[in-house]
This record gives sequence, C-alpha cells and structure tokens, in this order.
Amino acid sequence: MLDTMFFYMFALLAVAGAILTITMRSAVHCAISLIASLAGVAGLYLLQKAEFLFAVQLVLYIGGIMVLFLFVIMLVNLDSAAKERQFHRRWAGGAVAAVLAGASALWLLSKGAPSFGSPVAQAAPSPDGNVEQLADLLFRQYLVPFELASLLLLVAIVGSVLMAKKRTS
Amino acid sequence: MLHPITINHYLVLSVVLLAIGVIGMLVRRNVVVMMMSVELILNAVNVNLIAFSKHLQDLSGQIFAIFVVVVAVAEAAIGLGILIALFRNKETVQVDEIDLLKW
Amino acid sequence: MPTSFIPTAADLLRLSPDIVLTAGGALMMVIEPLTGAARKARMAAIAVLLIAAAMALSVMAYSDPGTSFSGMLVVDGFSTFFRILVYGCGLLTVLMSVDYFKRERGSESGEYYALIVFSLVGQSLMASANELVLLFIGLEISSIAGYIMAGYLRDDKRNNESALKYFLLGSFATAFMLYGVAWIYGLTGSTNLDTVRRAILGGAMEQSGQMLMIATALMFVGFAFKISAAPFHVWAPDVYQGAPAPVAAFLSAGAKAAAFAMLVRVAASAFFPLSAKWEMLLWATALATMIVGNFAALRQSNIKRMLAYSSVAHAGYILVAVTAHSEVGIAAVMFYLASYVLMTIGVFAVVTLVASKGERFVEIDDFSGLVQRQPMLAIALTIFLFSLIGIPLTGGFFAKFYVFKAALDSNLTWLTILGLLNSAAAAFYYLRVLVVMYMKPAAEGAGPVDPAGIGIKAAIVASAVGTLYLGVYPSAVLDFAGKAAQLVK
Repeated sequence: MLDTMFFYMFALLAVAGAILTITMRSAVHCAISLIASLAGVAGLYLLQKAEFLFAVQLVLYIGGIMVLFLFVIMLVNLDSAAKERQFHRRWAGGAVAAVLAGASALWLLSKGAPSFGSPVAQAAPSPDGNVEQLADLLFRQYLVPFELASLLLLVAIVGSVLMAKKRTS
Repeated sequence: MLHPITINHYLVLSVVLLAIGVIGMLVRRNVVVMMMSVELILNAVNVNLIAFSKHLQDLSGQIFAIFVVVVAVAEAAIGLGILIALFRNKETVQVDEIDLLKW
Repeated sequence: MPTSFIPTAADLLRLSPDIVLTAGGALMMVIEPLTGAARKARMAAIAVLLIAAAMALSVMAYSDPGTSFSGMLVVDGFSTFFRILVYGCGLLTVLMSVDYFKRERGSESGEYYALIVFSLVGQSLMASANELVLLFIGLEISSIAGYIMAGYLRDDKRNNESALKYFLLGSFATAFMLYGVAWIYGLTGSTNLDTVRRAILGGAMEQSGQMLMIATALMFVGFAFKISAAPFHVWAPDVYQGAPAPVAAFLSAGAKAAAFAMLVRVAASAFFPLSAKWEMLLWATALATMIVGNFAALRQSNIKRMLAYSSVAHAGYILVAVTAHSEVGIAAVMFYLASYVLMTIGVFAVVTLVASKGERFVEIDDFSGLVQRQPMLAIALTIFLFSLIGIPLTGGFFAKFYVFKAALDSNLTWLTILGLLNSAAAAFYYLRVLVVMYMKPAAEGAGPVDPAGIGIKAAIVASAVGTLYLGVYPSAVLDFAGKAAQLVK
C-alpha cells in the first residue's frame, strides 16, 4: 500500500519534471525541472532496492551533470536567448510522431502480458548489501568495461578542456 | 488503482519518459534543452534496466545502469564543451541559426 | 564459481593491443606539455610507434583465439581483421595529419594524436566485444573522440558546427540504441551476445516475439546512424564537409568500418535466429542508402561533400552484403571494408593536399589541370577514383564483385540489379573529377600545389599500393575473410 503510493508519487514527479523540462522557456527553468525529474527517478531506484544507483543518481547526475549544465547555461547567458522563439515552426510533425510511437508502445505493453525472462537461477539470498554485491560483479566479471570506462572519462576530460579553453591566438 | 506495482508500471513510465525526450529533441530549438532531452532518454533507459534487474533478480542490469550514467556524464561534458566553443564563435545557441552547413 | 580477480596471461594477451594503446595514449598526454610548439610531429611519431606495436600484438593474440574476461572479449579472425584494419586506418590518418597541421599553423597540439590513439582503442573494442556493455563503452570512446576531432580547429565556425551536429545526432542515436539493449536484457536476461542467442533460440521468440523485434529495431536505428544508412545519413555530408580533411578521412573510413564490424557481429551472433525476419527491412535500407548517396553526390560541387555522399552510397553497397546474411556475405563485407578504407584514406589525403591552407580549394573545379601541376598526385587520385567506381585491377572492383555475388547467392536478384545500376550511375560523379583533372587547363589563380611532406606522401603511396594489391591479388585477404566469417557464428 505504501509502496504503491510512493511509486505514484515518484513517478508523477519524474513525468511532471520531464514535461516541464521540454516546455519551459528559460533554460534555467528547464534545468531545474530536469533536476526534479531526476530526483523522482532516484526515488524509484530506492523503491526497488537499488541503493547504490540511488546514491549515484543523486550525487553524479544531479550533483554533477545538472550542476555543470547550470554553470554552462549561466556562462553563455542564455537569458537573452529566452526572448527569442523557442520552438521550431514545424513542430507538429515531430510531436505527432513521438506521441504515436509512445501510444503504440503502451498498447503493446498492456497487451503483451509479457513474461519477460524468468528470474535467473535462484541465487541464495546473500547477506551482502547492494553495494557489496555490485562491487563483486564489477571487479570480477565486468572488470574490462570498468577499466575502459575510465578511458572514456579521460577522453571526455581531454575533449572538454580542448573545446572550452580560451583561444591562444 | 491500488493493485500492487508490477514491472509493467515501470515499463510504461520508461516509455513515457522516452516519448517526452524524443519530443523535446525534435521540437526545441535551444541546444542545451536538446541535450537535456537526451538525458531524459538515458534516464528512461536506466529506469528500464533497474526494473528488469529487479524482475530477473539479476544485478547485471544495475551494473549496466552504472555504465549508462558514466556514458551520460561523458557526453554531457563533451556536449557542453562543444557548445561553449560554438558560442564563443557565434554568440547563439539556437539550432537553426547554426546553418553554415545545410541541415 | 566466481572468476578470479587476476586475469590470466591469455586474457592479457588478447587485450594487449588495447592496453598498449591506452597506456601509450595516456603517456602521450603526459609528455605533450613538455614538447615545444614546433616539435609536435614527435607526438605523431610516438603515435605511429604505438599503433605499429598494437598491430603486432593483435597478430600475436590471434595465435591463441578465444574468449576471455568471462566471455566479454573475443579474439577470432573477424576481430583481428578489423583490429588490423582500424589500426592501419589510424596510422595513415596520423601520417596524413602531420602535413595538414604544418600548414594550419598554431593549431596543432599533441592531444590530437592521443585522441586518435584512444579512438582506436574504442574501435578495436567494437570489433572484439562479445558483450553489449563492452560494445557500448567502445562505441562511446570512439564516438566521443570523433566529436572532439570533428570540432578540432576551435576557431573555425564550420568545425564547430560540424562537431555540434555530429554530437547531437550521435548522442540521440546512442540513447536509442541503449533503449533497445535494455529491452534485450529484459527479454533474454543477459547482455552477452552468445547468451542472448541461446535465449532467443530457446524460446524467447514465442514468449515475446513482438517486443524482441521492437528492441532490435531500436538497436538498428542506432546502428544505422553510425554507418550513415538512409534515412539516418543526414549528418554525414555536413560533418565530413565541416571537419578537417584528415578527420573526415578517419571518421569516414575507420569509424564506419568499426560500426559495420559491430553491426555484423551483433546481427550474426546474437540476432542470427531473427535474420530472416529482418531481410525486408535491410533490403529497403540498402536500396535507399545507395540511391540517396549516389543521386545526391551527382549534384555536389564541393569535393568533400561529394565524397561524403559517396561514402553513404558505399555504405549502401555494404548493406547489400549484410542483407545476404550468409557467411559469404560477411566475408564480402570484410573485403569491401578493407578496400573501402584504403581508397577513402587515399582520396582524402589527395584532397587534403590540394585543399591547401584553410581548406581553400575544395571545389571540384580546383582540381583542374592537376595532371600538369602534379602528375604523380593525379595518377594516385586516378587509382583511387577507379577503385571507387569499381574498375578492374583495383580493390573496388573485387569488393563490389563479391558483394553482388553474395547477394545473388542469397537470391537477392532485384537488389543486385538495382545495385549494379546504382554503381553505374555513380561512375558519373567520379568521372567528372577525372575529366576536370585531365582535360581542363589549370585555372589562373591556382598556383602550385603545396609540396607534400613525407607523411602524407607515405599515406598516399601506401593507400595506392594497397588498393592495387587488392585489385590484382584479392584471394589472400578474401580467404582470410572467408575463414573468419565462418567462426563468427
């Protein structure tokens, strides 16, 4: 009962935040709405006992990415842009297509009663918490992607510094 | 309304977020908002992954979700860097004023 | 039984090219501030050494094929072929870029070469990953390095725009692909390609066939973007035109080859049971891509844009072989990509040279009288253009031959006929460049073509030799491709 209530609460926050993100005029307002949406999604993770991801979502996504977005928005002073036209003139087509796609997917979902893959061989409920189990997987099975993710981040750092630094000439 | 939450609820939510993200990408002119729409789509992916992970009792979904967040971080950093470089040169962030090359 | 923390020696050998490139690239980043502004070519030299070492290690790793790191990484003929191919592409790009940056004074920095090295790591992973997670990390490494390189000359507005467009559409495509993968995970319980195939064969089709098709469709949308298939090709002309010429070569050749490797591996191992259902869609996509690429190229006057549309058309020919979903088809894809990479790099190298500082001379008419100004360059360009058209004695001829042969073997007669017609129509825009080169007198203000540095000369010569080799003696490469194709399943 409480579960259901929390689900709808967080889901509502996520969806409302998302809708506001794409409809508000000012870029700063969009960013704040996105933060609200991300927080809603984080709550959903917590509901499903994905505690580590809940923390990652809050710290990295909201505390890292969205703060970066806000910095850049203020750096390029988008408020002057807010006075200009914000939406494409021919927006109907895009909106229709997306709504169609969403509607058909929803229809399929409700129709399917899909039995998605059955639970993997019943692992004995482990006494370890979520973080320990994730760490175990990450450092054993997923070692290579883990190490290469750091290469990905290095490339991103190099690139963003290259792009954003002041011209030398 | 008060029946228990099943995986279907999460999947529907994920599709809604995906649709909103796609609409945002197609409809908005402002590059930063377009990037935020992509973040919405990536969040929809994560919601999906966590839901499946819980349903299948398998943590690989959560691991994948961690990597999706890493990818989102990297893309956000690069995108904003490119945006800054562009803005320095052109003083605009409206996507259809960036038209030296035909869209 | 939990896998050990410590990788085995065999595991490390299979990953060694990537390890060497990563460590070397990081080392380059550290050394970079210590090299003076005039000596950046040293970074290029280090990059060349690193790539050569990686190629050698890939060959060594091939002596012990198999999967490692709990099924994440697979070394087999297919992955080794593509590793060597992308490393070769990177090597030629580095050689080409040294010259380019000498002319664009004040903009060179060692990070460019480090980015190429890192990008190669990503591409090599795309070819050898057996697990969707690793595939994505590799794809993202390659793509993000590509976005940066496309916008490398920060002060040039075309570069900025090119990078932005590439980034926006690229991240959109990646997000779509990830959505599809999330569904695959949900429907099959795993992201390992082998496990997915077993799950599909084992009965996931009956339970959730429609959802599976939607998920693969979403993934295909993302793949189609990366290989610039119609209707997701719109980014290619703008990005290749706006990016620096060596970067356009690298993206058009190496990144595309890696994307095709990824597509073929995923389609052949994980989704093989579904391939008959997708034939119709692939058929239509291949045809659309060929037609759009060829007919748009006919109308271009800017040579970079024309080459961009031409590369879209070539992606269409390769898709014909993918539609054939047979072992012969996979071998044809591999051979085509080998010859395609060589001729693309060659053509872009010549364009880089003729374009001169600031890329001033990039209209087709700027090539007029090239045979008088620089006869050797004209001959090289002739070889590459012949190969692009598909004239015998060049690699391009056999590439198209094998692709259409594979298509016929799979009863795709109509597609073959239309493909051949497309190929014939395509000859027109390549011939136009040839005519301008040989028949038209050099324009008044053209001036001499800049002298070619050793790097770019080497790149052009190597590409030309490779193209001719594949045209005269294709069987060596083709046999290897054929053997490799059998094992991909």
